[in-house]
Amino acid sequence: MTTATTAEAELNVVLEYCNDVRMAPIPDAGSLPEGFAGTLGHFPVYFPEEVAHAAGLLPVAVLGGGNRLELKHADARMGSFVCSICRSTAELGLNGSLQGLSGFITHPICDAAKHLAGIWARNFPEQLSQILYLPQNVNTPGAVRYIAAEFQRLRSELEKKSGRSVDDESLRRSIGIYNDNRRLLREIYALRRDEPWKLSCTESYLLTRARSRMPAEEHNGLLKRALDAARQRNLPAQDKPRVVFVGGFCEQPPIEMLEAIDSNCYVVDDDLLIGLRWLTQDVPEAGDPIWALAESFVERSAASPVQHDERKTKEGYLMEMIRSSKADAAILTAAKFCEPGLDEQIAWAKHLDNTDIQYLVLEFEEKMTSFEQMAMQLETFAESLLFAVAA
Amino acid sequence: MRIETVDAIPPAAAPFDARVEGQRLMRDWYTALEQAPARGQHVANVFVMGNAVEILRTFDFQLVFPEINSLQTGVRKASEEYIRLSEDYGMSPDVCSYVKADVGLILKENEHPAGRIPKADIAIASNMCSTFIKWAEIWERLLKTPTFVLDLPGQRAGNWKVRPGDAQHAADARWVEAQFRDLIEKCETITGKRFDMDRLAEVEDRVNKMVFHWNNVMALNRVCPAPFNAMLDGLTYIGIMNVYRGAQEGVDFMRNIEAELRAKVARGEGRVPEERYRLLFSGTPCYVSMRRLVELFETWGGVFAYSDYLTFAAGGMDAGELVYDTSRPLESLAEITALAAQRGLSNQFFAHERLAQQIRDYDVDGIVFHGIKSCRFVSSGMADTRDYLNKRLKMPSLYIESDLIDPRYWSDAQIKNRVDAFFETLHQSGGAPRANKSVSSESGRAA
Repeated sequence: MTTATTAEAELNVVLEYCNDVRMAPIPDAGSLPEGFAGTLGHFPVYFPEEVAHAAGLLPVAVLGGGNRLELKHADARMGSFVCSICRSTAELGLNGSLQGLSGFITHPICDAAKHLAGIWARNFPEQLSQILYLPQNVNTPGAVRYIAAEFQRLRSELEKKSGRSVDDESLRRSIGIYNDNRRLLREIYALRRDEPWKLSCTESYLLTRARSRMPAEEHNGLLKRALDAARQRNLPAQDKPRVVFVGGFCEQPPIEMLEAIDSNCYVVDDDLLIGLRWLTQDVPEAGDPIWALAESFVERSAASPVQHDERKTKEGYLMEMIRSSKADAAILTAAKFCEPGLDEQIAWAKHLDNTDIQYLVLEFEEKMTSFEQMAMQLETFAESLLFAVAA
Repeated sequence: MRIETVDAIPPAAAPFDARVEGQRLMRDWYTALEQAPARGQHVANVFVMGNAVEILRTFDFQLVFPEINSLQTGVRKASEEYIRLSEDYGMSPDVCSYVKADVGLILKENEHPAGRIPKADIAIASNMCSTFIKWAEIWERLLKTPTFVLDLPGQRAGNWKVRPGDAQHAADARWVEAQFRDLIEKCETITGKRFDMDRLAEVEDRVNKMVFHWNNVMALNRVCPAPFNAMLDGLTYIGIMNVYRGAQEGVDFMRNIEAELRAKVARGEGRVPEERYRLLFSGTPCYVSMRRLVELFETWGGVFAYSDYLTFAAGGMDAGELVYDTSRPLESLAEITALAAQRGLSNQFFAHERLAQQIRDYDVDGIVFHGIKSCRFVSSGMADTRDYLNKRLKMPSLYIESDLIDPRYWSDAQIKNRVDAFFETLHQSGGAPRANKSVSSESGRAA
């Protein structure tokens, strides 16, 4: 076999494993990775996984129920006007799929997400259920000190839950492992930006998402294998427009939707799973590790519709994504009933109306199962872009 | 909550009609809004939950409450026009109708049914309702209004106990104080005025008086028959509480309401002629049809003795222990703001705890939940809360849906059917006339 063929086979193995991980239940007591005493669920967007990792609780990103979950309980517990990811997360709790979690942490990203903490408190009192109040004002001096206090509180709560003390050294070790992870994820995105034909958006998504069910050190190994294989892939560049895809920051677009986009476009940057990539540079491994995490949240972080930061206007970071990835166009999406996403979508669209950048607006739901119409929209959009470029 | 002795309350000089006086004060406020630019007065957009009004008043900002502007379009039956304008602009049908009415207002160049709304020099948006922040970002884009996000650490978990002065409260208050100091600098830059700590203390003193009367007013409705309807009269009260928070007019209004209601209680007068059912209302009003909704309940002798709306939509002022120490105004403002955020605002996400307490305090026979797509802050956990209270407290409840101000979601026949069925069930399950029901022992002097 040629090197390229071997690489293709290796990548397929890794991706199939990642897809199996995506579909798998959360690890229970019998299947916990070595060194972990339990699992800690966290809702999008950002959670400082390093703290749970150091406490011996496997961080599990709770990313909704996908499009194969039947809602049997949540319909009666959350209004029909609530977004799918909140409803399906409630369902996963109520149907017992998340009963093995030691705890579940949500964040003030939106009001529906905050209500999940109340649902947990009422229905799963045995779990540590909290809102981690990450600030919506990171611009006032004192924000880092407040976040550090909040992370310190989290550290104490998780120590109590796991029965394991989290000393600074173990936290620094976890930060080091996650720094490796961040570097590898940056390489994934750099590869997609530089040679998008070597790794699709769907493949990148599966690779990134795998961290939601496994220790970061194991994930690092997986990412290295995938990167090595992808770089050796021998795929020709196709005549597809380069696009940025935004709006998939919380509720997860179905895989079939990403595949439909890949079929027509090269997605050279996106905000998928942005919370797992929130810190954009290495967290300092010297000094107070809690302070380092808090400071990184303020000074070395990404942007999203659910985080206010006067240094990062929503139009500004979208334009920067387009510019830095040399994209031709943008695909703007929002999950149905996602208030922050829907508000953002119109802001992005109105802004792009005043530029020469083409865009396509797509609405999605994690539970959607029909993609024909979306595929047709994408095909038309891609064709119009190619003709525009050719002209 | 306890009614305090209020010997200092003089009888109103003239017959006091809270509705008439409330309407006059609202008209005055809108007039002041219109005149603000001509007076050269600076203007601030604020929300009802977490707004730093005390600081803004020391700088003489004219306060615009966009939520109240939006609800007033509903009250004045004009909201649909504003909402449709914003939807034509591109706003989703699935987002807050207050926001859409406000975008409609911007598109109509600030022409509101009550007058022209001035452009703000700064907007304060707290994180208590996530939509506040997205709303303020719209002003940033469309109007170039500088935004200050006031981040208030909320209730972190169920059964969350934070006491004044404990380590958690101190840490939270320190963060809030840092933001207030930042905000003060920004206000100084905008207005060109130096911050005056003594004026802050004066404003706080007036807020303390308002809160004092407000708590007494709330407690008076523990009496049977309830002297006012929390979802009709109460809406007038909180409108003034918000708009005139920290102003002498607000103190006078609240003092007069308390005197008026005490007199009613002394005469044994209730809001409804024959009170048969005491109810708790959870959720937001439907301002386009609120009078009609209340009528559907009052024809059955049902009165809303309390509503959690009167807690969170009045900035959490009846959450207890919220009294400013005017000898250390700024520190105290931060401490009380942090407490209010947890006890009166963000505890909405653990609503079962507050409602269980209010069920006891107001000795109610049932809860009415009003779920609306417009307000995920209020509605997202409502069905689960209802399930919990039904199971734990065997509390009869009714769930209805409409909207804050979008008349397209009001279905009169459907809601009437549900209300009638609810009362039939209450009646059949032993609901009895309650005219002679004894007063809660906690209600102090009113008892």
